[in-house]
Amino acid sequence: MQWETVIGLEVHVQLATRSKIFSGASTAFGAEPNTQACAVDLGLPGVLPVLNEQAVAMAVQFGLGIHAEIPEVSVFDRKNYFYPDLPKGYQTSQMYEPIVGPGEVEILLDDGERKTVRVHHAHLEEDAGKSLHEDFHGMTGIDLNRAGTPLLEIVSEPDMRSAKEAAAYLKAIHSIVTYLGISDGNMAEGSMRCDVNVSVRPKGQEAFGTRAEIKNVNSFRFVERAIEFEVERQVELLEDGGKVVQETRLFDPEADETRSMRTKEEANDYRYFPCPDLLPVVLDQAYVDHLRGNLPELPAAKRERFQNELGLSAYDAGVLSASRAMAEYFERVHEVCGDAKQAANWVQGELSGALNREGLAIADSPVSADQLGGLIVRVIDDTINGKAAKQVFQALWHGEGGGENNSADAIIEAKGLKQVTDTGAIEAMIDQVIADSPAQVAQYRDAEPDKRGKMIGYFVGQVMKASRGTANPQQVNKLLKEKLDALC
Amino acid sequence: MALEHADVLRAAHLARLGLDEGEADRYLDDLGRILEMVDQLQSLDTDGVEPLAHPLDATQRLRADEVTEGDQRETFQRCAPAVENGLYLVPRVVE
Amino acid sequence: MHDQTLTGLAAALAAGEFSSRELTEHLLARIERHDGVLNSFITVTGEQALAAADAADAARARGEAGPLIGLPLALKDIFCTRGVKTSCGSKMLDTFTAPYDATVVEKLAAAGTLSLGKTNMDEFAMGSSNENSHYGPVKNPWDLGAVPGGSSGGSAAAVAAGLVPAALGTDTGGSIRQPAAFCGITGLKPTYGRVSRYGMVAYASSLDQAGPMARSASDCAHLLGAIAGHDLRDSTSVARGVPDYTEGLEAPLSGLKIGLPKEYFGDGLSAEVESAVREAIKVYESLGATVREVSLPHTHYAIPAYYVIAPAEASSNLSRYDGVRFGHRCENPTDLIDLYKRSRAEGFGEEVKRRILIGTHTLSEGFFDAYYKQAQKVRRLIRQDFLDAFEAVDVLMGPASPTPAFDLGANKDPVSMYLQDIYTIAVNLAGIPGISVPAGFAGGRPVGLQILGTHFAEAQLLNVAHQFQQATDWHLRRPDLAEETA
Repeated sequence: MQWETVIGLEVHVQLATRSKIFSGASTAFGAEPNTQACAVDLGLPGVLPVLNEQAVAMAVQFGLGIHAEIPEVSVFDRKNYFYPDLPKGYQTSQMYEPIVGPGEVEILLDDGERKTVRVHHAHLEEDAGKSLHEDFHGMTGIDLNRAGTPLLEIVSEPDMRSAKEAAAYLKAIHSIVTYLGISDGNMAEGSMRCDVNVSVRPKGQEAFGTRAEIKNVNSFRFVERAIEFEVERQVELLEDGGKVVQETRLFDPEADETRSMRTKEEANDYRYFPCPDLLPVVLDQAYVDHLRGNLPELPAAKRERFQNELGLSAYDAGVLSASRAMAEYFERVHEVCGDAKQAANWVQGELSGALNREGLAIADSPVSADQLGGLIVRVIDDTINGKAAKQVFQALWHGEGGGENNSADAIIEAKGLKQVTDTGAIEAMIDQVIADSPAQVAQYRDAEPDKRGKMIGYFVGQVMKASRGTANPQQVNKLLKEKLDALC
Repeated sequence: MALEHADVLRAAHLARLGLDEGEADRYLDDLGRILEMVDQLQSLDTDGVEPLAHPLDATQRLRADEVTEGDQRETFQRCAPAVENGLYLVPRVVE
Repeated sequence: MHDQTLTGLAAALAAGEFSSRELTEHLLARIERHDGVLNSFITVTGEQALAAADAADAARARGEAGPLIGLPLALKDIFCTRGVKTSCGSKMLDTFTAPYDATVVEKLAAAGTLSLGKTNMDEFAMGSSNENSHYGPVKNPWDLGAVPGGSSGGSAAAVAAGLVPAALGTDTGGSIRQPAAFCGITGLKPTYGRVSRYGMVAYASSLDQAGPMARSASDCAHLLGAIAGHDLRDSTSVARGVPDYTEGLEAPLSGLKIGLPKEYFGDGLSAEVESAVREAIKVYESLGATVREVSLPHTHYAIPAYYVIAPAEASSNLSRYDGVRFGHRCENPTDLIDLYKRSRAEGFGEEVKRRILIGTHTLSEGFFDAYYKQAQKVRRLIRQDFLDAFEAVDVLMGPASPTPAFDLGANKDPVSMYLQDIYTIAVNLAGIPGISVPAGFAGGRPVGLQILGTHFAEAQLLNVAHQFQQATDWHLRRPDLAEETA
């Protein structure tokens, strides 16, 4: 039988606010345990929550970024359950009236195809603390620093049909939230986590199969692998005549498998009800319009513009718009040098190669966009040739040239890399090379005319060497051919 | 809506309240009578009435995103029953 | 000096008749002498009180003035007080020393008052008799065989017994007004949101409200002015200016339109209470008010709606007591579930458990719409009853409770206890203010007249109550404690 996979994602994004969603404690990562858990985060008797305006603004910005409806009124509810990392015995969340209504996210697949994934809604909630299972005489330690960190939970429709689509969706969400600057998107630190709902059904069948929920997957790669494993497990189960049980599973990256979380399976009844300590959040149109007006250009729009206005290929536009840092770097290079294709080639070629080799993010590039743009300007105006340009790039990478925006010029000057375009000077070098290479000249002369084209390479190389790479290669070619042919 | 013994045990479990059988019986009786009283609500026609969560029709005020709370771990943990290395201790949690 | 009102004491302090230290020492001595029997305090903070009294006397000597400087008060043990045990009447918090002050506690300190200690109460404010306290019941100073009412029974008894001139209470379904009525003092429940709830241990968040309990409406006006106002730490507190509540106290009542809800004078109302209340209303007529009957048609749904909403909120509010970060923790828990179940079973008393169970049940799957949603709809209807009534009249009047204080141990059945709150509970659902003022006696036990106004009509209620107290002396009667408790 042919099976079709159906996937829906719940992505939890930690919002990059300075303070917590309902308290004035810091959200900074990595502090000593419980030093950033204030009375409100600890749920001490009598404390009350007050909503952080920035968390609201960020949620709305996300909603606008996915063209979602922004309801005028949203309401916080309490999700009641006991767990040591949940200090109040309930999580303040939004069950019935979320802050972001239905929207959509465009994803780009490897074959360049585009697909729209619908977002059911996104809601604000508070993060829980952390349980540390190191050995405290058989006890578990609880750190509540993370408790109360604002989360935006983005719930998709079950619109994805493969692990690749799910990963592409997750990347698209990552790119949107980082473009908006509403999250650092750091998956290793847990700033973005996702729960994956997976089911399979016979191809052509309309009804969904029974789904399993894989909790807390925290990397793009793990999402793909968890889904691949889970699909295989469910298909095998069904083909053997078994049934998929609706349950929560955990992905174990080391064993590369998902496992049932039986301990948490017992009857959950969260008893949601509106939080009486918080009032309905009402967003007036002027506020939403103001945020809309200040929204940065988002990846999909950028990609479109790179393709249509700058004439980049779909592939280049996709790569260069994938992250805000990359796009901004590229745009600055383009602004300085004025040539989109050259800028794209350099950013994706020399620069990306060097960054990858050193394991650096583009934000940490030792070569600034202004410096790279300055370098490309000199390629375009024929001041240097391609080979010299690579030398200049290496010098910039190693911090030569004074670090100013015009460092490329300083390096060209210092290293004498300026291209020689003076015909007289090039002719003199050619004459010298011909004089020094009688055997090669003889071979050239004796060769069939149609083989001579290939043989000219030797002479070009010698001339370039004599010029220490600064001679204009096109001129060298042309003049050499004229001179050699004159000898034949 | 008649209350059953199992309902009491289920509520007690959800609320993490230890009850022995005798207590469960007693609460079944009390709760049954309370719910009987509460069931008068069912006789009222409330079609078209919006639920009222807060007595004033007020809306949420927002806080500026500022860090106003410093480290008070020592103070807060003075009233904690079991702490070690700044962590609250609970019996081992099995994931 | 222990019989005087706050206003009287303030004048005496200002005139130098005695110092704040002398007053504080006198009251501490009375507590020492009488409270062994009354049991109105859980914690007496004598040392801190004397230090604060000295500071107040010094401030006064420097010429600092303020109507409340140096006045001793008591706080219901539901308010968090930094460095002082805050038990909420529960074994669960018997070992809990609050690391911070409630907003109202800060405000009272800023106004120059000092606290003699924390008063007894029904556990987590759940009760109408103060018999649900981990620290034992409080006795009514008028009759040691009677309850003082609840849940702010300790505050009411302490004020009535002359142990403290005024105290703070909280009112979720009548917990200020009913004990004020039972103990013959004046108690005001402000409009929901008028006073910050920050630092007040939550029972039912959408109903809880703190307010003053004192010997006169005028004293309540001074205290309300000190504690009211917007608090950035309480989202439900209202951003609205605080008027000078003492300013309009003397306004004459001619032309005042009083409504008598017919549902508040029906079956179950004791004849003696009714007659005292009707006498009080005659006094108002003599002051120029007009009286008419009005109807609050959904009154009888108030108790059912309350016993869905309040326990639901409570079941969630009380989940934080899990033996992990503060409060009672059972010995040697075997696992997490055991830690939770035993800590909570041991830490909470009977009535608290009952309400947690009711709330948990009514919120659970399959019951939510029928109970919780329906109760919230009924809540809107109840509020509308009041808003409609206030279109026609200025204030509503009736008894605060169907009977005077009942005997200790008389109400064993939870449902019949709940039904005691028939006249007070709807007020919390609607969020409107209410005040109970002494209006006579029934069988030697005080009777309270309840006056209700529309949202934020506290100034009017205080004026109406004050004018009654200018025309009557019920609020000046004091129980005779000497022989029984000395």
